[in-house]
Amino acid sequence: MNFWDYLGNRHQQLLTDAYQHASAVFQCMVVATAIGVLIGVLTYRSEWAGNLATTATSTILTVPSLAMIGLLIPVVGLGVAPTVTALTLYGLLPIVRNAIVGLRGVDPTLVDAAKGIGMSRVHRLVRIELPLAWPPILTGIRVSTQMLMGIAAIAAYASGPGLGNEIFRGIASLGSKNALNQVLAGTLGIIVLALLFDAAYVLIGRLTIPRGIRV
Amino acid sequence: MSETSETSTSTSTATAAPQQAPTPRATTGATIELENLTKRYPGSGDPAVDNVNMEIKAGEIVILVGPSGCGKSTTLKMINRLIEPTSGRIRINGEDVTDIDPVRLRRKVGYAIQSSGLFPHMTVAQNIALVPKMTGWGKQKIKSRVEEMLDLVGLDPAEFHGRYPRQLSGGQQQRVGVARALAADPPVLLMDEPFGAVDPITRDHLQDELIRLQHELHKTIVFVTHDFDEAIKLGDRIAVLRERSHIAQFDTPEAILTNPADDFVSGFVGAGAALKRLNLTRVRDVEMADVPTVTVDDPLQTIFEKLRASGTNELLLLDKRRRPYKWLRRGDLMRAKGSLARAGTLVHDTVTRDATLRDALEAVLTDNAGRVAVTGRRGEYTGVVDMETLMNSVHEMLEADRLDAMEHQHELEEQRAQLTHQEQEGHGGEPKA
Repeated sequence: MNFWDYLGNRHQQLLTDAYQHASAVFQCMVVATAIGVLIGVLTYRSEWAGNLATTATSTILTVPSLAMIGLLIPVVGLGVAPTVTALTLYGLLPIVRNAIVGLRGVDPTLVDAAKGIGMSRVHRLVRIELPLAWPPILTGIRVSTQMLMGIAAIAAYASGPGLGNEIFRGIASLGSKNALNQVLAGTLGIIVLALLFDAAYVLIGRLTIPRGIRV
Repeated sequence: MSETSETSTSTSTATAAPQQAPTPRATTGATIELENLTKRYPGSGDPAVDNVNMEIKAGEIVILVGPSGCGKSTTLKMINRLIEPTSGRIRINGEDVTDIDPVRLRRKVGYAIQSSGLFPHMTVAQNIALVPKMTGWGKQKIKSRVEEMLDLVGLDPAEFHGRYPRQLSGGQQQRVGVARALAADPPVLLMDEPFGAVDPITRDHLQDELIRLQHELHKTIVFVTHDFDEAIKLGDRIAVLRERSHIAQFDTPEAILTNPADDFVSGFVGAGAALKRLNLTRVRDVEMADVPTVTVDDPLQTIFEKLRASGTNELLLLDKRRRPYKWLRRGDLMRAKGSLARAGTLVHDTVTRDATLRDALEAVLTDNAGRVAVTGRRGEYTGVVDMETLMNSVHEMLEADRLDAMEHQHELEEQRAQLTHQEQEGHGGEPKA
């Protein structure tokens, strides 16, 4: 059976896996973005808190994803839970770092001007600082998503959802007829998904970055 | 002091709008009093601003001028409490604002800074609408206010409304910055070197605009600059500050130029005080000379007759809208064989009635016949200035200044004498009682 026949036969299964993969990454990204931006907002104004947040999140990133999932299994069990936890944790780093860098990069004279015309702290953050820091934050989200696409494949190790199942099945049955096809289908599927997500981010960028600061 | 409820709820625009009755007359200035204002940064021995006392009248432009690092900006920022004073009081229109909510204070005080401080992610209209929106104006009112403000600062609302700051030149940005500061109609406007970052020509324009604006609005403006010429041009009164914001002299530009308080001030005024004095007087305030004029519509015969009749050597030919067009000398018409189109020399430079004497002098000096035509608002001819008129008026001016200064001195001495007198009386009287 060649690769195309394999795709034809298994497309139902593959589509379900792809959908679950995308859905898991998307949901984790939403959570990671919310938490990441929140951490950024809470820490960027203090030198050490900001640095602590960036260091802590980069430390998480140095833990191999397989190990991380392995470590999470005894804590949260098998299936969706370790997947979501691991993905969210990994997704945090680029977002937290870019949120802090972005918020710190807002021209201090603009913040001064905002204060000077009588904007409250919350107002300043919501109307001035976050919109101006949004382009770097969005870049962080984009980088994060790319990374999670790959890491999500490992989640199959903990019986998580997604295209990783395809790859692991192939690896487990090396030598059999469909082994290569399975690995190939899983890998290509992830690449296609990653490209689709990236296209979506370009679109989101066009829609959400105000024309005045678009590069 | 009791109606503090509206300030924090910016979402309740609908309910807040009717409260703000549309004000047909713009708010005019408020008084500002600074009393023993001091700023001491932790960890540094000397205060950055030391015990500033200043009374600013409603509707005047006060310029804080001094070398960089003298604390003039800090002093300004303490008025809207961007920098919290360590001690001392600030009163605006008699109300002590030293301890009120700074956000509430700042909405009553316009603030314009160097390089405009416009928010790059908002359009011009959104930038201007910020403060009115926060104060809870209605949508319709904000919209018309934005148009009004753009109009006021000389930008076409239709064209600039939807532009982003980066699509504007430096001068235009600065205009929008001023419009934003004035949008909610605050009685007080603070300007922190607002024209510091634009080129000299644009700066000159912006200064003229500010003078015009102030003629219409009568706000109380506190303006920080390190450029003494700018201070002379704009200020009703100038406070020359030395280090730690010590006031070296606080007086009208005329008084500072003719009678600097000490070496520091005269050093800061720099050379050429008499020349700078020319900046303070407008052409409309001096006596202008008159030359005979004819218009292009006059028949040649009339022109010849006028030339013959007038004692002077030349005539000014005006165009259809009575704007200066050409200088005609006696021989010119003959040489051009009676053709008005070829005769005479074109008027290449005029000054307006609002131009300073310095501009007029410049024009007179560059003109090869040593005179320049003065025009009114629509460019129509109103008179001529030449070297002689300028000389006379400068002499008169300096003489008057000198008299004023002497009188001022005299008054001060009298006051001082009275004080000493009182003190002596007081000391003499108390022990007895």
